[in-house]
Amino acid sequence: MEQTLAWYLSLLFIGLVAAVFLWVRLHSRETAEFAPIRDRAYRLRPHLFWALVVVGIPVMVVTLMMTPYESAQGLPDDTLHVDVQGQQFAWTLSETGARAGQTVVFNVTSADVNHGFGIYDADMRLVAQTQAMPGYSNRLVHVFEKPGSYRILCLEYCGMAHHVMEARFEITEAR
Amino acid sequence: MTDSTMTQTRPHTGVLAYLVVAGVVILLMMLLGLLMRLDQATALDLGLAGFYRVMTAHGAGMVGIMALGGAAVMWHFLSRHVQLSGAILFINLLLFLLGAVMVLGSVFIGGYAGAWTFLYPLPAQAAGAWSPHAAAVFTGGLLAIGTGFLLLHLDTARAIIQRYGSLPRALGWPQLFGGDSSEPPPAAVVASTMVLIVNILGITAGAAILVMTLVNLYVPTFDIDPLLAKNLIYFFGHVFINATIYMAVIGVYEILPVYTKRPWKVNRVFLAAWTASTIMVIIVYPHHLLMDFAMPTWMLAMGQIISYTSGLPVLVVTAYGALLLVHRSGMQWNTAASLLFLSVFGWAAGVGPAIIDAVIPVNTVMHNTLWVPGHFHFYLLLGVAAMVLGFMYHLRSANRQEGLLDRVAFWAYMIGALGFVMSFLYSGNLSVPRRYADHAPQWVAYDQIASAFAILVVAAMAVFLLRFLTGLRARAAR
Repeated sequence: MEQTLAWYLSLLFIGLVAAVFLWVRLHSRETAEFAPIRDRAYRLRPHLFWALVVVGIPVMVVTLMMTPYESAQGLPDDTLHVDVQGQQFAWTLSETGARAGQTVVFNVTSADVNHGFGIYDADMRLVAQTQAMPGYSNRLVHVFEKPGSYRILCLEYCGMAHHVMEARFEITEAR
Repeated sequence: MTDSTMTQTRPHTGVLAYLVVAGVVILLMMLLGLLMRLDQATALDLGLAGFYRVMTAHGAGMVGIMALGGAAVMWHFLSRHVQLSGAILFINLLLFLLGAVMVLGSVFIGGYAGAWTFLYPLPAQAAGAWSPHAAAVFTGGLLAIGTGFLLLHLDTARAIIQRYGSLPRALGWPQLFGGDSSEPPPAAVVASTMVLIVNILGITAGAAILVMTLVNLYVPTFDIDPLLAKNLIYFFGHVFINATIYMAVIGVYEILPVYTKRPWKVNRVFLAAWTASTIMVIIVYPHHLLMDFAMPTWMLAMGQIISYTSGLPVLVVTAYGALLLVHRSGMQWNTAASLLFLSVFGWAAGVGPAIIDAVIPVNTVMHNTLWVPGHFHFYLLLGVAAMVLGFMYHLRSANRQEGLLDRVAFWAYMIGALGFVMSFLYSGNLSVPRRYADHAPQWVAYDQIASAFAILVVAAMAVFLLRFLTGLRARAAR
């Protein structure tokens, strides 16, 4: 969902900017006195600036409440904890799967270099990720909504066989 | 209109040398990029080692050469206002060439393929793919390039302080904060001051982690905190690559007024934007670490917020100013003006995908997918490279006629670059991982489309370079 939104928002923004540039380009051969154009544009500029600020503030507030940096508090009793270790060029997971709807906490680390713990659904859409770093444990909390066979890919370049570093995580039907 | 915008200063030999090197290396690096996309498109087979080596050379080469091209633009226009050292200009070029030879040697002879980001401890833990010596030569090459640019920025700092008294004065702070009604410094001085501040900090951080990496390669017991290493690398990398566009945009401020016959006025809004950008470029880098949950959360939130605010000066000052300058100006278009106008569009439009990627819930499903190269190729291909190419054409066009070939090359470049970056973004939308030698069958069609657009870009770049070189030869013959 986030990917689709990002794609269409980007298309809209790029299209809007392109339309403005195209319009100015098409009128560039016409001649008009600069001072009135400049004065009008300078009067309009603060409005554009404040419009961008007014749009930006609620977007920032709302999205900063949706971060994946979950706290250890308030997790359900049936939360499944999974220890994950990346190592050139394989993943080791302490559990092989979970139930749909169950909260899963992945404690992700690395035994050698930086890796990226990326979870892909059956349609090969990325649903969540965190970095796997030597000496650190990154805690990713995720609820799998749909049953299926999820693939774990490496999303941080880790050497020559980076792209074959893969594991499976099976999600069964909710009870 | 100021004198500087009306006159065509004869470029310094060093600047021309920078541009020749930039043109040749950009073309070569584009060819490497094309090879990668063709490999992913299954049109050719580089082999796994070949792909990741090409990827490493392409990344390091493009970052370095964009900096060299941007520096040429900055030096040319800054030298109109302050007394810069031609010797330092050449020393930087020599160190760049030395570094480039070391980087290419480490990759194509030593087999180093640790990516240009050299994330600790990958250079030392290659799983047998390359030796510590190859990694050391690569690291040393980056150090040589960084040292050259450090010298260049120290020289611009010396010259600017000599002429304007201090860096705050060169940023126009007396006019911005002190009610000083005198004429503020020219745009080239303000921008160069911002760049030297951020790049001296960035290169110093980069040198620190490069030296630590070198020590670690030969003394493995010398451990580095991986998170500290990541912070230093991304601070350096972010600042250095951003500085390329802040150097190259000086060409837009200086050259567009020549064609529109309207001045680019340095006013308080302009000064405020550049001061704000100085701070924001320094503190925004945590947006590269949004998936490093071990980072302090406040830094990650700052990364998201500053990513958004960083876009405001681009849109409200530079893009708005360029549009204002061109609108109904009776402008006579040529390839230089077209490339510079395109470059402002590229920078402004590229803000969108960049800001969106820095929104943390989006980054969770976009980080290290092809969305990321999509957004930075928007900035580099349609922004920085177009600015440098526009500058090259501006120098060339002073006494050379343009023809159909130039116009065709411009359209091919614009369509090719747009198609290429949009292919990246669309693949990111599909969750295609970046830095993968092999792509799943369902992704290959997009790689093939991207390759077709990339061929257009490479062909256009070859024409641009050829036209620039023939222009230089004609200049030399006179």
